[in-house]
Amino acid sequence: MIEIRNLHAEIDGKKIINGLSLTVNDGEVAAIMGPNGSGKSTLSYVISGRAGYEVTGGEILLNGENILEMNAAERAAKGVFLAFQYPLEIPGVTTMTFLKACLNAQRKSRGEAELTTPDFMKRVKAGAEKLGVPQDMLRRALNVGFSGGEKKRMEVLQMSLLEPTFAILDETDSGLDIDALRIVSEGVNALRDPKRSFLVITHYQRLLDYIVPDTVHVMSKGQIVKTGAKELALELEANGYRDFVGEAA
Amino acid sequence: MLGDVKAAHSAAEEKLVAEFARARGSLPGAAPVGALRDAAFEAFKSAGLPTRRVEAWHYTDLRMAMRDALPVAPAPKADASLKQKLEKLAPRIADLETTRLVLVDGYFVAELSDVTPKGVTVTALSEALAKGDAAFVEALSAPGMGQGDAALALNTAFMQGGVIIDVAAGTHVAQPIEMIALSSEMSAHAVYARSLLRVGKGAQVTLIEREVSTASQIEQRNHALVVSVADEAQVEHVFVPAILKSASTYVASLLAILGAKASFNSFTLVQGGGLLRRQIHMRFDGEHAKGQLAGASVLRNKDHADTTLVVQHVAAHCQSREYFKTVLDGESTGIYQGKVIVAPGAQKTDGAMKSHAILLSDDATMNNKPELEIFADDVVCGHGATVAQLDEDQVFYAMARGLPKPVAESMLLEAFVDEATDRVESEPVRVYLTSLIGQWLSQRGAA
Repeated sequence: MIEIRNLHAEIDGKKIINGLSLTVNDGEVAAIMGPNGSGKSTLSYVISGRAGYEVTGGEILLNGENILEMNAAERAAKGVFLAFQYPLEIPGVTTMTFLKACLNAQRKSRGEAELTTPDFMKRVKAGAEKLGVPQDMLRRALNVGFSGGEKKRMEVLQMSLLEPTFAILDETDSGLDIDALRIVSEGVNALRDPKRSFLVITHYQRLLDYIVPDTVHVMSKGQIVKTGAKELALELEANGYRDFVGEAA
Repeated sequence: MLGDVKAAHSAAEEKLVAEFARARGSLPGAAPVGALRDAAFEAFKSAGLPTRRVEAWHYTDLRMAMRDALPVAPAPKADASLKQKLEKLAPRIADLETTRLVLVDGYFVAELSDVTPKGVTVTALSEALAKGDAAFVEALSAPGMGQGDAALALNTAFMQGGVIIDVAAGTHVAQPIEMIALSSEMSAHAVYARSLLRVGKGAQVTLIEREVSTASQIEQRNHALVVSVADEAQVEHVFVPAILKSASTYVASLLAILGAKASFNSFTLVQGGGLLRRQIHMRFDGEHAKGQLAGASVLRNKDHADTTLVVQHVAAHCQSREYFKTVLDGESTGIYQGKVIVAPGAQKTDGAMKSHAILLSDDATMNNKPELEIFADDVVCGHGATVAQLDEDQVFYAMARGLPKPVAESMLLEAFVDEATDRVESEPVRVYLTSLIGQWLSQRGAA
């Protein structure tokens, strides 16, 4: 479970997160919706530990432990996962090599034994099959020349292998057609688990038809301004954000 | 004396004059070789050590770097223990059987070397120079290549060691030839090695030059390899210069001449160590030949590595590729100067040159200077040069998946350099080069 308490964060002196508080319980899928510029992506970067964002107040507790002093790699090993809105291309590093290095780095960090190559291969193949990721994609450089849908599927494959306790999906629906959206969502749904929580960041209600949230939060100007059940997303879709953000979005 | 602009010699230049006078009588070679040495030394004397005022040496001031000129290394004494040490100093490249030729302080040591296969003849430079065969002397001097270069002239004047490798026409040499250059652990000295690889028509060979320095003192090396690739012959070449003590200087020249339908693919891995100048002249004398020069330099501390290329397309229908990657950390300096010259008759030339660098430190410097001089009107020639930092987004992405920062950076840097090592044909050699780069990367931040 993740608890964000009165979080303040800025980049280059510009305040983006202004006293944000949010709790996502184990097994819960929380959605964050909000207009452009409300700080949704910044929140995902601050939680995952991207350099350059300065936290000026508040705390983020993952299962009771403050993670703010940890770097991104240490947070990942503790179970934080960020599925990127725009996954990066890594030329010259095959997908397989990257996955194995990440998985073993996390295991090492947790004091677990590294996976043997056959053991790793078995896991990757099983995960890839479920998501319809062809074997040849695993031998290509990570995300290089992948379509938007392939990149998002690769994000979900990585998530399934790394088995995070808290996963952030940053606008996973952007750039996806209906079929890709369905495949990716099914992949995410398969990972729902009583011990794993999700924060789903999206502009549109459509994604939430596929990944049905337990709670919906509305974000504006770096704060959570409204919290409700999944029906809140429908209300937003019908009326826009204006009821919650004070002015026309 | 008004016209004498080089009146004042530096201390090192004075020493070189004295050293030439001292060593001249004992340097190997028959009369025509002596004349070649004298002419080269006169050329050096009038030019002096290269400075920034010499266009081709704009970023490397050898005169400034050489405070002193060290005496020419004498022939090594027979050392039985070297045989044992050899395997330790230059362990075999995994999964690769080679024919080893061993040089100590530039001198070929037959007792430490393997017997060469059929069709391959190996001669010590001193022996070949003593015979002074006119065709050999001409091949060794590579007329028209690197003319006016004072460092190369010094090599010609002082050449004291080296090896001549002749591959008979039509011979496909299955095992790569591995030249292992060791340094003895004697007092500070200079090594002037000159080697020649002559590959006959239609022959195929791979030459790997590996150097190991165990010298505890600074060194001054001036090494030149002439490669003559006859029509339809194919040569793969890999050069891994030694990592010398800081304050050492090293000029490593490669002069390659390609016949018709010949192919030459050369790769250099520079791992820093003092001042190193890699200068390559490649000339296409016959049509439909292919030449590729590639390399990677990984630099840190105050390493200074200069890669300067001159590619001359004399014949038509030839293809040249230059592809270099440089990673710079600390206060290191990297230089890439590449000049592709297309002569008036060299129509249908296909040339592509690239140099990419990554700076890891605010105090590192990269100088990129690609040049094209095209005098023919029907050619395709291009060049690209970049200097960048590691992509922070990529680093964050890898870290967000659990890779600690140094591991993430090493992975990205290795991938960056791999694009150059991928140009090496032999997989075991590629793996070997990658392992050396991996060692360099693993030392990052360890200091």
